[in-house]
Amino acid sequence: MSECLLEVSDLSMRFGGLLAVDQMALKIRPGEIVSMIGPNGAGKTTVFNCLTGFYRASGGSIQYKNQAIEKMPGYKIARLGVVRTFQNVRLFKGMTVLENLLVAQHRHLKTGLLAGLFKTPGYRKSEEKAMERAEFWLEKVGLTEFANREAGNLAYGQQRRLGIARCMVTQPELLMLDEPAAGLNPNETAELDKLISDLRRDHGVTVLLIEHDMKLVMDISDRIYVINQGRPLASGVPEDIRNNPEVIKAYLGEG
Amino acid sequence: MPESFFYFIQQLLNGLTVGSTYALIAIGYTMVYGIIGMINFAHGEIYMIGSYIAFAVLAALAMMGIDSVSLMLISAFVISIIITSTYGFAVERVAYRPLRNSNRLIALISAIGMSIFLQNYVRLAQGSRDIAMPSMISGGWTFGPEDGFHATVSYMQLIIFVVTFISMTALTLFISRSKMGRACRACAEDLGMTGLLGINTNQIISITFVIGAALAAVAGVLLGMYYGVINPYIGFMAGLKAFTAAVLGGIGSIPGAVLGGLILGVTEAFTAGYFSSEYKDVVAFSLLVLILLFRPTGILGKPEVEKV
Amino acid sequence: MKSLRFTPAILSTVVLLVLTSLMLGIRLEPSGVGLKVTMAETSSLYWIAAGAVVVFFFQLFRAPIDRGMSGIKQQLPSVPKEPLRQIADKKGFKTTLICFAVAGLMIWPFFVSRGAVDLATLALIYVMLGLGLNIVVGLAGLLDLGYVGFYAVGAYSYALLNQYLGLDFWSSLVLGGVLAAFFGFVLGFPVLRLRGDYLAIVTLGFGEIIRILLNNWTSITGGPNGISQIPKPSLFGLEFGRRAKEEGNVPFHEFFGIDYSSTYKVIFLYILAVLLVIATLFVINRLLRMPIGRAWEALREDDIACRSLGLNPTAIKLSAFTIGAAFAGFAGTFFAARQGFISPESFTFIESAIILAIVVLGGMGSQVGVILAAVIMTVLPEFAREFQEYRMLMFGLMMVCMMVWRPEGLMPMKRPHIKIKSKKSETESSVKIPSVAESV
Repeated sequence: MSECLLEVSDLSMRFGGLLAVDQMALKIRPGEIVSMIGPNGAGKTTVFNCLTGFYRASGGSIQYKNQAIEKMPGYKIARLGVVRTFQNVRLFKGMTVLENLLVAQHRHLKTGLLAGLFKTPGYRKSEEKAMERAEFWLEKVGLTEFANREAGNLAYGQQRRLGIARCMVTQPELLMLDEPAAGLNPNETAELDKLISDLRRDHGVTVLLIEHDMKLVMDISDRIYVINQGRPLASGVPEDIRNNPEVIKAYLGEG
Repeated sequence: MPESFFYFIQQLLNGLTVGSTYALIAIGYTMVYGIIGMINFAHGEIYMIGSYIAFAVLAALAMMGIDSVSLMLISAFVISIIITSTYGFAVERVAYRPLRNSNRLIALISAIGMSIFLQNYVRLAQGSRDIAMPSMISGGWTFGPEDGFHATVSYMQLIIFVVTFISMTALTLFISRSKMGRACRACAEDLGMTGLLGINTNQIISITFVIGAALAAVAGVLLGMYYGVINPYIGFMAGLKAFTAAVLGGIGSIPGAVLGGLILGVTEAFTAGYFSSEYKDVVAFSLLVLILLFRPTGILGKPEVEKV
Repeated sequence: MKSLRFTPAILSTVVLLVLTSLMLGIRLEPSGVGLKVTMAETSSLYWIAAGAVVVFFFQLFRAPIDRGMSGIKQQLPSVPKEPLRQIADKKGFKTTLICFAVAGLMIWPFFVSRGAVDLATLALIYVMLGLGLNIVVGLAGLLDLGYVGFYAVGAYSYALLNQYLGLDFWSSLVLGGVLAAFFGFVLGFPVLRLRGDYLAIVTLGFGEIIRILLNNWTSITGGPNGISQIPKPSLFGLEFGRRAKEEGNVPFHEFFGIDYSSTYKVIFLYILAVLLVIATLFVINRLLRMPIGRAWEALREDDIACRSLGLNPTAIKLSAFTIGAAFAGFAGTFFAARQGFISPESFTFIESAIILAIVVLGGMGSQVGVILAAVIMTVLPEFAREFQEYRMLMFGLMMVCMMVWRPEGLMPMKRPHIKIKSKKSETESSVKIPSVAESV
């Protein structure tokens, strides 16, 4: 428990004159569900972008399993097992649901040119395994009957679930969800709550979550970080956060 | 002073001459790119059309027996600008406006199609052969040793400098002082937002294309008279060169386009003067490739932040 | 009457007249040392008048026409409908169909004129080029405007390898492909991190640089005069000339004891082209269903999502670029062998644009579409000679129209349909949209 999966310290991100993230610190232990909350524009997604290599942080360090990743390109970080979803989902819209899940497994597959052209046994096996994993996750998120539908034609809630499934087929260790409940109705949110808990329990992933839906956050988080104007404001278990006057002030405005 | 000095001066002058016309064309690329973020691939053809119209006007006036050079020049400029601007306007309406919200590549393919269309339209209308016109403005100032190599500024070159300077000044005044110009700058900053503020962005975009085409027409008249020969294929190369100039200076930036045009023109002239004229295009393209690779924002451009 | 719009109609007509007046309406003719302006031929004037009338009425009835167009658009099939797919899915049927098609392609040339076979061979070269560029543009979404450069590399590598090292067609075919791929790799490596439209321009620059170098490196490439007397391919050492060029070789007709006819050569080339196209199709179809093919498309759809899933965009783009270039190299080698003569003239930007037009017309990503488009683009101008002159005009117009009205092409790519093996499971999902679900 004491060993950290992800340790962020003193992270800052500057865009021109704007300091979007300042002195951000974050610790996530394996198997936890940790949430980041904060008012709009607080810099939560910017932190995500730094963690996943889309932005190169202006300062600070990011350690994943005791390995510095702050200078790595995004795809390499993903290969270490840090995978994220996006606020605007970013599915491969023109491809089918199943293809979305197959593409995501790219790094686990035999990608040799000749192996594929001649369909060697090893290649066939790797493709079969990918199909099995894809089918498993389709079932899990309830999209089996839509497997051959173009991803862009799914309903919004389905797209969100496909986004999570697409992360899960990569067999991540740290799953980062950027507002997964945005735009979902209460029923769907409840399902999402269950799904995220399942992911941790059955598949051993650690979850870092950005979310505005307080009910969801309070229900499933082990710990919560609150960010305001790019700076850490508070952190702790949900109960503490709920009663923290600073947090209430940040959300309700200066009183 | 040694002859090599005058040789150098001559190359520099030639480079600046061609470079200032590149700058005129490059402004069209840069303004359009600044506002709607697309490469107007057909812009080179617009320049070519400008040249053709100018030749037609000059030839018609000569046939009517008018021999006042200034009258001929002014009418060539005015008529060419009017008609060429109409082309710029029409091209945007037909080929780009319907694609405003689609992918950049789709718009670029449409622009390439438009470029091919215009080139062949002129080829079918006027034939693919070279059309030559005797130069109306001859002579110039020479300086340097009488007997050795001396540098010459022809009057035509002087006209090119002067007209380019006037056009640039007019453009700068328009952009910085007029209401329209302010709207143009606002659009370049944030098109969507400007639209929300009640400015007719379609109109602004049309104006951008018209201004770009008008400047291309000016370049077309000048360069057509300078070289004295035109054909339907000159637009392709000139367009690429001007695009290179725009990228070199930093696409989206008008002073950048001017700077880029001059640098490119001078580089080409030196390549031709000291190395080999066959490779001047290779040098221009290599410059383009290198800039895009190592400094895609050009000399004066603003960096772009990727939106995740 | 509200739907009639007089003002815009009149304005558009005026614009059209301004545009055409000093371009189509007049003709510049050289006279002595000067230049003369004459009225254009009457036919041109009629064209202007006709254009003005069309524009006027089109703008006048714009609203009803638009309504009609959207109706037609809905009726235009997004091609394969369900029943068609079910038939095609029956494996036996599909194989039979393909066998018949190939057999037909092989037998057909023996019954038609030599010219027709020759034209078909040319069309097949464009099919190969179209299929190759389709990987880069249609699948990976990288607009490559210098594709013809790799075609040139293939053609010149055969011509030069043959001239200087005496290599024959078959070994050059392999080497030509490899060399073009190598060029693709080397040129692609630095440029592929550029954004889409910059990439397009840079590749255009590379294509032009290759052409200018070929044009000016006279000592090796013959400059603008090109290279001639490139030998035709042989069939296991049998040549198709009247007499064998090399010592100890037997010409084809002597070997089989038949009369000499140059038709054999043409048919042989044609069959070779068919085989090359079939090989291309086979490879591309496999690639499409391989991880790399899926990654290409994913990259086209969203490269940020790709990175977040651990796909290396540069490596994937590079593979598309390299493989696409290899096909251009094969096509180039074959082109050099068929023509017997090559010069930089054949590798201008316009050629790249034609190949791009084929991909665009066919439908990005769609192979059947690209084949059809290549055939239409090469065969149509030959059927109507007067059409030849308007060919490029039409290409340009078509590219614009396709982008505006149907950017997905005439025959958009269909997604592979993969059967899910596992037990039919009722989803526990609470969200169901029955009406859409049924149409899938």
